[in-house]
Amino acid sequence: MVATAEVIYQRPESFTEVHTHYCPGCTHGVAHRLVAEVIDEMGLREKTIGVAPVGCSVFAYRYFKMDFVEAAHGRAPAMATGIKRVLPDRTVFTYQGDGDLASIGIAEIMHAAGRGENITVIFINNAIYGMTGGQMAPTTLEGMKTTSSPLGRDVKLAGYPIRMAELLSNMDGSAYIVRRSMHNAANVRKSKKAIRLAFEAQERGLGFSLVELLSSCPTNWKLTPQEALDFVGEKMVPVFPLGDYKVHPTLENLKV
Amino acid sequence: MAVTGWIVVDNNYCKGCSLCVEACPQEVLALDMERLTPQGYHPAKMTQDKCTGCGICAVVCPDAAITVYREKPEKVTRR
Ligand SMILES: Cc1ncc(C[n+]2csc(CCOP(=O)(O)OP(=O)(O)O)c2C)c(N)n1
Ligand code: SF4
Ligand code: SF4
Ligand code: SF4
Repeated sequence: MVATAEVIYQRPESFTEVHTHYCPGCTHGVAHRLVAEVIDEMGLREKTIGVAPVGCSVFAYRYFKMDFVEAAHGRAPAMATGIKRVLPDRTVFTYQGDGDLASIGIAEIMHAAGRGENITVIFINNAIYGMTGGQMAPTTLEGMKTTSSPLGRDVKLAGYPIRMAELLSNMDGSAYIVRRSMHNAANVRKSKKAIRLAFEAQERGLGFSLVELLSSCPTNWKLTPQEALDFVGEKMVPVFPLGDYKVHPTLENLKV
Repeated sequence: MAVTGWIVVDNNYCKGCSLCVEACPQEVLALDMERLTPQGYHPAKMTQDKCTGCGICAVVCPDAAITVYREKPEKVTRR
């Protein structure tokens, strides 16, 4: 039989040729790839400006082949606001961890959503501070052991995990707020579709869009990469339910 | 049955995390314990010819290390 080779999948064009510093099996890499794929598919690379956070993804600007700036810890939505207001024709996104977005940066994210800033936020919830050695985050699960909660998170002492997607969906300025997970191939595909819709929201000027992605941190959870994905599916999903918390009517019937 | 799909792992990116090995429905992947990547990891490799080119390994790979190919017959009958 005569046959030719068809490429089913290849590395996105929006990636540089730099190998990342992420730990083996860390789903930060999956989230990066999905963002790059969506930017490729929408042809946005030349006009996109990314805002990198403080956290493990602090070097995100090295991995995306596009304009990027680096924000102070938690301040990415404020920086993105300024950039988008000065350059409204550019596509502006932030990429933030849960320490960055839900702890030190919770004021910036709430107000950016409240103001309905026309930016896209990729929110990586791995229930821990990865970069600094595995301390408790606002998203750490009840009973979960971290370096700053060695006996497990005691909610009487440290409070309850904060569900950001639910909170942000209550802001009138938000247009698209969903939570997805990256713990297996089917969920990775759904995550990508959500990222696509978030960027579509921005391109249509609908307002603030955010995709919360449940992510793994095998190193600080002290699990193998596969065990860490299982932890996301079995332990995180029940606390952080996947779903569409707010979808602007314009996006509802959009085929992507 | 002839090969219908295959993958190529880029050893500059692969970190030997094994997620593709665990995810492959055809169970045709394994870490190559005979080789090390420039970063010092055992890379993923194909062990047999039953790959369907489904792309699942590439979807779960955190390092965009996998390129997936499929045989494309001149007259498309399959899929
Ligand atoms: C103003 C300031 N306060 C504290 C720190 C220390 N710090 C660096 S990263 C980080 C938290 C990172 O956690 P997260 O945002 O969840 O990202 P991850 O590393 O898990 O991807 C903290 C507290 C800092 N760099 N700057
Ligand atoms: S410390 Fe955790 S979040 Fe950071 S790169 Fe390693 S696995 Fe990923
Ligand atoms: S393309 Fe599918 S069958 Fe082939 S190696 Fe990857 S996961 Fe396995
Ligand atoms: S998932 Fe990617 S990085 Fe991990 S072993 Fe497979 S090819 Fe290598």
